[in-house]
Amino acid sequence: MRLRRTMMFVPGNNPAMIQDAHIYHPDAIMLDLEDSVTIAQKEAARLLVYHALKTIDYGDTEMVVRINPLSTPYGKKDIEAVVKAGVHVVRMPKTETAEEVKEVEREILRVENSLGCPGRTKIMAAIESALGVVNAYAIATASDRMMGIALGAEDYCANLKTQRTPEGIELLLARQTIVVAARAAGIDALDTVYSNLNDMETFRKEVELIKKLGFDGKSIINPRQIEIVNEVFAPKDKDIEKAQAIIAAMEEARQKGSGVIALNGKMVDRPVVLRAQRTIELAKASGLI
Amino acid sequence: MKINQATAGTLESGDIMINLSPADNEGISIELNSTVEYQFGKQIRSVIEETLRSLGITSALVRATDKGALDCTIRARVTAAATKATGKDVWE
Repeated sequence: MRLRRTMMFVPGNNPAMIQDAHIYHPDAIMLDLEDSVTIAQKEAARLLVYHALKTIDYGDTEMVVRINPLSTPYGKKDIEAVVKAGVHVVRMPKTETAEEVKEVEREILRVENSLGCPGRTKIMAAIESALGVVNAYAIATASDRMMGIALGAEDYCANLKTQRTPEGIELLLARQTIVVAARAAGIDALDTVYSNLNDMETFRKEVELIKKLGFDGKSIINPRQIEIVNEVFAPKDKDIEKAQAIIAAMEEARQKGSGVIALNGKMVDRPVVLRAQRTIELAKASGLI
Repeated sequence: MKINQATAGTLESGDIMINLSPADNEGISIELNSTVEYQFGKQIRSVIEETLRSLGITSALVRATDKGALDCTIRARVTAAATKATGKDVWE
């Protein structure tokens, strides 16, 4: 089970950040060639990211690069560079249709074929507009390489002609749609960045909310946010104990040949068992058991 | 290969600023100013020269101001400067 609780954004034109990012142990690092890099620096950032990916040992961290759209002069070269460098995931910004995913996939495959390694690279899509939300399931299923879809709230709110609020009511439909689409497609759902680093309390509340909604993780912009996300996503001790009891009851029922699982005199349904199994997996992956 | 003047990189910590200009003679001449000259000066010069040669540049004057860049950053900045200097991109 690959954890994606935290995906840390790192601007691709900042060598110091690029080389240090993994020491804070985010589950994934996203080196950015898109919005955090000015046009004048796009070519230079691509080279920095290419050479960093080829050279630096990022350990078990999943390496993602946010490319520029193929509709810009940079997107095609971005794909060539990062696929050649062996990136794990290409992240598409502002994705609105399944066809955009297929276009990126074709370009990735072209480069992979030239290297003799077809199928190596995964894709994730950021949904940052109303049309993207409407097409979320189509995007999530547009390619076998899709490993996740994410929400980009700033552009989404601008598209909706509204503003972000601390409670996030304006994002509710988008968040729920993305989670539902991701689950229906069998891939991960990632939430948007929270950019106020002076308000960790509201950040924590937002992480708690998106966990309840079913997200697998969140994009983060600063190492200080990593610990909070990991804490919120870690199963609590009593939940782990309960999950272990449910799994034990399931085992007992299986050995007795019974189709009915009972715990403390109560019947345990299949969704409860599935939730318990997921809690155990998350606890193991978090190093809690 | 003929080159023009070109610069890449910044003076931020972890980076290296590379200025390339045409040289009168064959050979790559490097003027290096580095915060870690004693420990890594030889390595830095070697990476700069090896990167330029791999891009087909055998004659250049390099002025480099290093603030502790890793080899991958040096390669990236030298390549960026070389691309600007020659007008030839390394991507298709």
